Amino acid sequence: MARPWKLTKQPPALVKKLLLIIAVIGGSYSLWSQEETAPDYGELTGNFQFDGYFYQEDSAIGAFGSNYPDEKFLGQGFMNLNYTRGNFRMGVRYENYQNVIQGFPTEYQGEGITYRYAQFVKDGLDITAGNFYEQFGSGMILRGYEERGLGFDNMFDGVRVKYEPIKGLALKGVLGRQRKFFEKSNGLVRGLDGEFNLNELMGFGGNTQYILGGSFVSKYEAANSPIYNLPENVGAGAGRFQINSGKFSFSGEYMYKVNDPSFDNGYIFRKGEGLIFNGTYSTRGFGLIVQAKRIDNLSFRSERDASFFAVPINFLPPTTKFHTYALPALFPYATQPRGEMGFQVELTKNFKRGSFLGGKYGTTVVFNYSVASSIYKEYYDATDTLNLVKEGYKTDWFKAGDILYFQDFNFLVKKKLNRNLKMNFGYYNITYNYDVLNKGISDEDIVAKGNKPNMIYSHTFVLENQIKLTSRKYLRTELQWQLTDEDVSQEVINDDFNMGDRVMLLIEYSVAPNWFFAIQDIYNYGHPDVAKRLNYPLASVVYQVGTTRFQATYGRQQAGIFCVGGVCRLVPATNGASLTITTNF
Amino acid sequence: MKKFVLSLLVVFAGFTLTAQSLDIPEVTIKDINGKQVSSSSIEADGKPVVISFWATWCKPCVRELTAIDESYIDWQDETGVKVIAISIDDTRNSAKVAPFVNGRNWEYEVYIDENSDLRRMMGVNNIPHTFLFDGNGKLVYQHNGYAQGDEDLLYEMIQKLARGETLEAH
Repeated sequence: MARPWKLTKQPPALVKKLLLIIAVIGGSYSLWSQEETAPDYGELTGNFQFDGYFYQEDSAIGAFGSNYPDEKFLGQGFMNLNYTRGNFRMGVRYENYQNVIQGFPTEYQGEGITYRYAQFVKDGLDITAGNFYEQFGSGMILRGYEERGLGFDNMFDGVRVKYEPIKGLALKGVLGRQRKFFEKSNGLVRGLDGEFNLNELMGFGGNTQYILGGSFVSKYEAANSPIYNLPENVGAGAGRFQINSGKFSFSGEYMYKVNDPSFDNGYIFRKGEGLIFNGTYSTRGFGLIVQAKRIDNLSFRSERDASFFAVPINFLPPTTKFHTYALPALFPYATQPRGEMGFQVELTKNFKRGSFLGGKYGTTVVFNYSVASSIYKEYYDATDTLNLVKEGYKTDWFKAGDILYFQDFNFLVKKKLNRNLKMNFGYYNITYNYDVLNKGISDEDIVAKGNKPNMIYSHTFVLENQIKLTSRKYLRTELQWQLTDEDVSQEVINDDFNMGDRVMLLIEYSVAPNWFFAIQDIYNYGHPDVAKRLNYPLASVVYQVGTTRFQATYGRQQAGIFCVGGVCRLVPATNGASLTITTNF
Repeated sequence: MKKFVLSLLVVFAGFTLTAQSLDIPEVTIKDINGKQVSSSSIEADGKPVVISFWATWCKPCVRELTAIDESYIDWQDETGVKVIAISIDDTRNSAKVAPFVNGRNWEYEVYIDENSDLRRMMGVNNIPHTFLFDGNGKLVYQHNGYAQGDEDLLYEMIQKLARGETLEAH
């Protein structure tokens, strides 16, 4: 399984000569020369995934009518191939959606080569032509990335050059057009980024590490609006820093964008600003992180009329915890690009084995608190049409907004009780602004209705047990119980299945390394609408061999919300059987 | 003279062994302090190396790394194996990686692949995805997903490698 993957930079001639002399003296010249002359055909690697879904009509959960596909069976998948030889690399990806499965963006329809590139490294240059993914700094100004499982992909098609003229200085330049499902964006994106590691660059700082970075990104999109004088070129700049000193680390990034009227911001001619700050302190057995963020009008897409998953240039990281237990995950958070203030603190503590709280095997405790709200907005008077259309509102960095978007307090205790039993206990207290996060209603509209948005308050308890039966056989159970308090309109109750108290039980039996069997049921016993008090049973089997995985499921899956960066997608409830095959080679 | 040449040969052989970087694509990633490093700086040192792709939010990944952590000291004493944990957390969570790892007392060498560049080049689709390299940096085994108990099977392979045996093809 040799993989000559490396884009090898040839050593300079002098070093090569020296190595040769050493090799000759060492008597291993024959070895060296063999390596030099061995035929190299390069290496091909890749991966493959297929998802097929057979749907059953199920009117109780809303899986009928427009939420039930005419095709009955839908399948999609992809294959990636990467070829490397010496300092040359190339790759392609084929994707097919025949037709796109329920819950994916419907614009994915059809099949074709969506990704192809060639790359080589020469004289300290790293050049890519074709498709590429890229990130500048935190991604707040530019990030091309993919969330394959959710149908998100905003990669670039163009040219990227990376250059490291001296150690400690990394330069990047990109020019390209973004992927828009099976098409390409109308807009062009141009970007430059530099990162300076002051310690490496200037022998500076001693034990404290200083990294500075800066980016400039601009987009071009032709404009021919009869109403607005729209800017065709929109520029943005960002600066960032990172300082690490012993147990402390601080980092931050500030971004500024010139006026960029778009569908997302209601076509106002307002500048955009963003600031993200992270501070951490960590030592053996203890970790603390504090994050703060302020975003004002920072949606940045290569097409001004685009929305949802289409062609965002940047990524605004949510400063809340990403939950993976099923019930707390029903209330996910996504950054609000129009404006948001966020704060998060998380503390991790490991009590050593043998200590009072640690017990025989040690205990880990994680506390997390996060909050996100609107920024302060003072709207222009309706008579001040010019400012209302141009700026929208006045703001103040030092005043808080008054619409709460999201708040989450949670903790998790992880404990090994004995040789055969591990236990996790978690509690999640989540306040969720339904209008903002589920319906995408703007601050303006909420304020206009007297700031009385639909809200959901939830408490969730999770108990997870991992039981060792034999050295290869394990049982894992999850018991989750969610109590909610809704302050919502009758309309929301009638519309939405995700509401009210519920309980979930999951039992998973695994036989390493090949088999998994799982059954779960969510019983939404407390839905305010009696007709929606339903069970969602689901069974799955996984057969795994090496890197190949077959997964089959059958049953009901609840409607859910999946978020990427600043956008969320509602996935309807389904009932039926699915098969997923993934493999690597 | 013969002895001198022989000793040079031994020294040189030793040098090639210890300086052997892993057979993985050369991609820029970050160390746990956010400093850019090349993936080629990860070396085998003549001992087996495990690379595990994970994320702070990935429950099976954390279960796997927690399970390995419980016996990692023994693994290292007995075989000299090194476990490299490469987080694919993006900027939502990448600043949390250091407090996460330190807070749990993990001893692994940790890197951050913030935009999944190394993950993509190594063909990793879903995580956890575990790679095992022999002492010469050659890839000998890979595994996707995690079932409790997988770590014992992995360790059996590490022991074989440490004894100088070869693994059957996978």
